[in-house]
Order: sequence, then C-alpha cells, then structure tokens
Amino acid sequence: MIVAVASGKGGTGKTTVAVNLALSIENVQFLDCDVEEPNAHLLLHPKVSRREPVYIPVPVVNEQLCDYCGKCSEFCEYNAIFVSSNKILIFPELCHSCGGCAIVCPKKAISEEQHKIGTLNFGSSGDVELVYGELEVGEPLAVPVIKAVKTQMKPDGNVVLDSPPGTSCPVIETVKGSDYCVLVTEPTPFGLHDLKITVEVLENMGIPFGVVANRAGIGDKKVYEYCREKDIPVLLEIPYQRDIAEFYSRGVPFSLEIPEWKEKFRTLFERIKESVGK
Amino acid sequence: MRICVTAAGNSLDAPVEPRFGRCPYFIFVDSETMAFEAVPNMAMGAMGGAGIQAAQLIASRGARVLITGNVGPNAFQALAAAGVRIVVGAYGTVREVVERYKRGELRETGAPTVGGHYGMGAGMGRGWRRRYPPPPPY
Repeated sequence: MIVAVASGKGGTGKTTVAVNLALSIENVQFLDCDVEEPNAHLLLHPKVSRREPVYIPVPVVNEQLCDYCGKCSEFCEYNAIFVSSNKILIFPELCHSCGGCAIVCPKKAISEEQHKIGTLNFGSSGDVELVYGELEVGEPLAVPVIKAVKTQMKPDGNVVLDSPPGTSCPVIETVKGSDYCVLVTEPTPFGLHDLKITVEVLENMGIPFGVVANRAGIGDKKVYEYCREKDIPVLLEIPYQRDIAEFYSRGVPFSLEIPEWKEKFRTLFERIKESVGK
Repeated sequence: MRICVTAAGNSLDAPVEPRFGRCPYFIFVDSETMAFEAVPNMAMGAMGGAGIQAAQLIASRGARVLITGNVGPNAFQALAAAGVRIVVGAYGTVREVVERYKRGELRETGAPTVGGHYGMGAGMGRGWRRRYPPPPPY
C-alpha cells in the first residue's frame, strides 16, 4: 500500500508523522519527496549506501548551424532562450525540458545535453529502506527529482511518501498514484485554511484521505468542526506535549521512545488499510 | 538613435518604471525627432524569465540603449549579448530621461543592479537582494 503524508501548511509535522508511521509498520520503504528540503534522514539517521545524480535534458546549440532566426526563443514558453542578431543564449535553469526548441529549429542546430539538477540518496535505517532526493542549490525544478525518487518505489510492500508542503506541482507529483493520503494539520486558523485547499486538491485527484491533528490542544476547534461537516476521518491526534517536542528536537522519532505511540501508528495504518480495502 | 525606456504609462510624459522585465510599457524613442512608440510588456506577468523575454523584445526592435531603474542578471546577460547599452537608476518622465541621456548626464552600467526575481514584488524571502549591491546613486 502507498501512503502519502501531506499538508497544506508547512511545519505541521508531516515528517514526524511519516517517520513514526514507517517505523511502526513492517516491510516498508520511505521516500522523502520533499526534495527542496528533505529532512526525514535527520530523524531516521540512515547509513547512505549510494548516491545517484538526477539529470534533465536541456538544449545546446551548434552555432555553426544556427542562423539566429529566433524560432526557438519564440517557441519557448519559459523564456529560457535568448536570440540576438548574432548570439544565442540558453538559460538552463529556466528550461522545462520539453524539447520543443529542437523540434522547431529549421536548421537542426539544437540538440540536448544532460544537466544535473539533483541527487538521489539510498540508505536504510533499521528495517526502513530510505530514498531521499535532493535538489541542487539554485535549481528551481523539483518535479523531475521527485519523479526520479518515485521511480525507486518497490512494487510490493508498503511505501510511505513524505510530501513537500503546499498544493503546487511538487505536491501533486508526490501524492499522485497513492492509495491514501494522510493530511497532517494543526488545529489553528492557518492549519484549517491550508487544510481546506489541500482537501480540494485531493478530492479533485480522487485520492482518499484522512486527517492527523498534530499539536492538538493549541488553537481552536474549527479543524474538528470542518472535518465533521465534510465527513473527513480524524485518524489520530498528537498532543502538544513537551516530551514529544524534546525527542523531535534531538532527532529521535518519539514512537521509538514511547511504545504506546508505535501501537497508535500501527492502528492508524490498519485503519487506512481497511478503508482502502487492501 | 532608438532608445527604449521602461515606463509606467504609454506616453513620453509617463514616469520611468524602475523594474525592467515587469514594467507595464516599453517606450521606444527616436532620440533625434522624439517620435515614440509605446509597446505594452507581454512579459509583465510571466512566471519566470520576464527579463529575458523583455530583452528579446528590445533587441528585436533594434534599440541601442535601454534606460530603466534596475536590471537583473539574466536580463543583463541577454542585453549585453545583443549589444544594448544599459542605463540604470533613471527617474522622472520618459521625455526627461531621454533628454538627460542626450546631454550625457546618465551613466551606463557594466553589471546587473539587482538579483533575480527582484521585480516580482513581496515574498522573495530567498536572500536575493543581499547578493547584489543597491543601484548606484544617480
């Protein structure tokens, strides 16, 4: 079963929930898809056994063939090509690798070369297999790196996907194809605001989901009222509690230290399994 | 000579717009006759690469000089490749800055004056501004 852990708002506890969930179930692979700032490894402390670069194709121009007609620049939706009367410039960090420039070039002057935009890290921590992607500094395109992380997914067994925050392309790419999505929120007006947006996205994508309320006890009751109205299951509440926060700040998943939580996460997993019929 | 000025409006009396890639209008002025043409900036709302698209427009319309407030690194590189001379830190109306340029009162820049995404408004939060010094005093 593939379970994605997402949230609209950042800093609600996605990684905390995803890591503790993964540590509480068997036969599990953990994919950290928050490639802009992966952090599951800070809690899982894996031994990284190998790294693999992630490339995307970007155009390269043979200036011997180019007659500076400008068709490539006109075509490029992302303004990644500039053509003057005797020069052509490529801005690889703006390129989305569609390959269109090479197709429209009448002189066949454009080919593609590989441009490194990230790294995949492979490791393991206890029984959890971990893959996490890292986007290169200065590279704006997270989606190809997330795709690369997801190609490492094992076909059988359980997979936990740690999503980036928000509801933009990187989140869509992460949760796409999941059997279930756990939405981590906090019971505050900010938490509720962003939760609503994420719920809309998931409804649109047709992915079943439930809510985990983290730092329960702060804020107000509006998140619970909203879930009741929309008939969204609140799967788990993690209280705003000093010992949990302390384990977190020391980089220790709290379910390893407080055994009852391991049980709660296992129950959460069983409940999800039942609801999707797997 | 054809001069391009970034402007907030579509006439010679419009104020100079300090942002290059995301200015509302480009005013192309013939420095001898002061005849002008106002071109709305299609790149104003571009997701990215607004400066490059704007530079493409200016180069294709044959302007030799650009007068604006600030240029970012990508736009600077593109304009330099097209041999467009760049004057930054301009203020006043389009007419005024063209007159000042003709009298030799405006200085050309040899470097970008702001970081990328400068003209996108609030919410940068990436420390871009700190990478480049503020525009030179004018």
